[in-house]
Amino acid sequence: MKNNLQQFKFPEVRAYSWIAPAFIIVALIATWELWVQLGDIPKWQLPAPSAIAAELVKSWSLLLHHGYITTQEIVFGFLVALVSGLLLAAALVSSKILERAILPLLVSSQTIPIIAIAPLLLIWVGYGLASKIIVVALISFYPIAVNTIDGLKAINADMVAMMKSLGASRWQIFTKLQIPTAMPFMFSGIKVGISLSVIGAVIGEWVGASGGLGYLITQSQPLFLTSRVFAAIFVLSVMGIGLFALAGLVERLMLPWYYAEKRAKKANQ
Amino acid sequence: MIEINHLSKSFSTEDGKRQVLDNINFRVETGEFVSVIGPSGCGKSTLLHIIAGIDEADSGEVKINDDENFSRLGNIGYVQQKDLLLPWRTVLDNVILGLELKEVSKTEARQKAREYMETFGLKGFENQYPFVLSGGMRQRAQFLRSVLLHQEVILLDEPFGALDALTRHQMQEWLFNLWQKLGNTLVLVTHDTDEALLLSDRIYVMSKRPAKIIKELKVDLPRPRSHATITDPKFSKLKAELLAQLHEKQSATI
Repeated sequence: MKNNLQQFKFPEVRAYSWIAPAFIIVALIATWELWVQLGDIPKWQLPAPSAIAAELVKSWSLLLHHGYITTQEIVFGFLVALVSGLLLAAALVSSKILERAILPLLVSSQTIPIIAIAPLLLIWVGYGLASKIIVVALISFYPIAVNTIDGLKAINADMVAMMKSLGASRWQIFTKLQIPTAMPFMFSGIKVGISLSVIGAVIGEWVGASGGLGYLITQSQPLFLTSRVFAAIFVLSVMGIGLFALAGLVERLMLPWYYAEKRAKKANQ
Repeated sequence: MIEINHLSKSFSTEDGKRQVLDNINFRVETGEFVSVIGPSGCGKSTLLHIIAGIDEADSGEVKINDDENFSRLGNIGYVQQKDLLLPWRTVLDNVILGLELKEVSKTEARQKAREYMETFGLKGFENQYPFVLSGGMRQRAQFLRSVLLHQEVILLDEPFGALDALTRHQMQEWLFNLWQKLGNTLVLVTHDTDEALLLSDRIYVMSKRPAKIIKELKVDLPRPRSHATITDPKFSKLKAELLAQLHEKQSATI
């Protein structure tokens, strides 16, 4: 068993798993570049990847400035979603009445398009950071709460009986059995939520803002600064990927047992 | 010492009440090894749940050391067939779980647990996660979790049922040796007649549902017993008696 684990640290499968997607990306970019160059497509219509790269270099301080604003909105909004999502999940799981009263509301709230609420937020809390934080929080809150609720409920009766026979109180069962059981579920929700938070920030800025990458896009588009639009989109997607990877890293650090077990199972197949 | 008087239990199901335990009486002396044997699904596990304090009986009493009000949750060991180690804790942190719940400091608990690792065949695995362990090791770790809590009475619910035959034999021998060393009071629920005869001082036979105790059998085979004992004519005689009881009560209810 131990040998299997060690062997699995450097298998060829992992190295190859990078090559295929990297090849596809490179091929797509090359096709795009060639298509624009050979087809003589005007820059305002579709800029070539090389033009977008040049724009990234040229406007980096502008992108940095707006990227910083968007990052702030995402970080604060996501933290609000995380804290409220976890607290609500804990509350709903510990009280049947609360669950019956609130869960249907929570589910039906998801049928309301965020983009329809965002303009109202401007009326209520203004054009500043707060309205964007609320949009980000609203959009990333749901997957975190729902996954954590599922996780807190994923305990089995035998485990609870075992804890009781060792003299565990209800609180101890919650902290030492339910919370650790819920962790992998919670991280699934976090990973979905953190990706959505980037979209939330852009929606918030589109509706009305004075800064941020979403704002930069809405400002550049009417001026046909298409490469700048693409440059902003590129930065947004890098941010999204970065945040997702960060969540994955935190998960790996916090749940080493979960990954060790998964690897061992794979290696045994 | 465990004393059970007139214990009954039923569950409500969709088609009304279903009686599981019907007027169960039995007694286990301190330091005694008693097996409870019966067909699958007869309510043996329900009985252990009640003794452990996890479930309540409808009527009747459970006395531990002559005390009806003995606080059973946390003070009676309960080892199940299923693997109930927490996957996010290392082996060492799994076995100290009970001590930790009693708010013993982790350092102290770990130190205490280390002294037992050898006896429980877990040495060298302290810092591994449970998925690395074999089935037998997992059962021993669960057993150690109870022993560390000084749980004098330990209930074993088919602890070796999921193991292969060879491992099961080794575990039976290991359990027997450990019991002689520690002197705990053990109640083993099983449907394996050989296991019950090899290990116990006495055997209670339970009927199909609603379960009653239909027979009490004293196992007067000399100790130490080994797997060679199985060929002893006296063993065969007891086994025949046991099997007759098990089959008789089955045909009676069919």
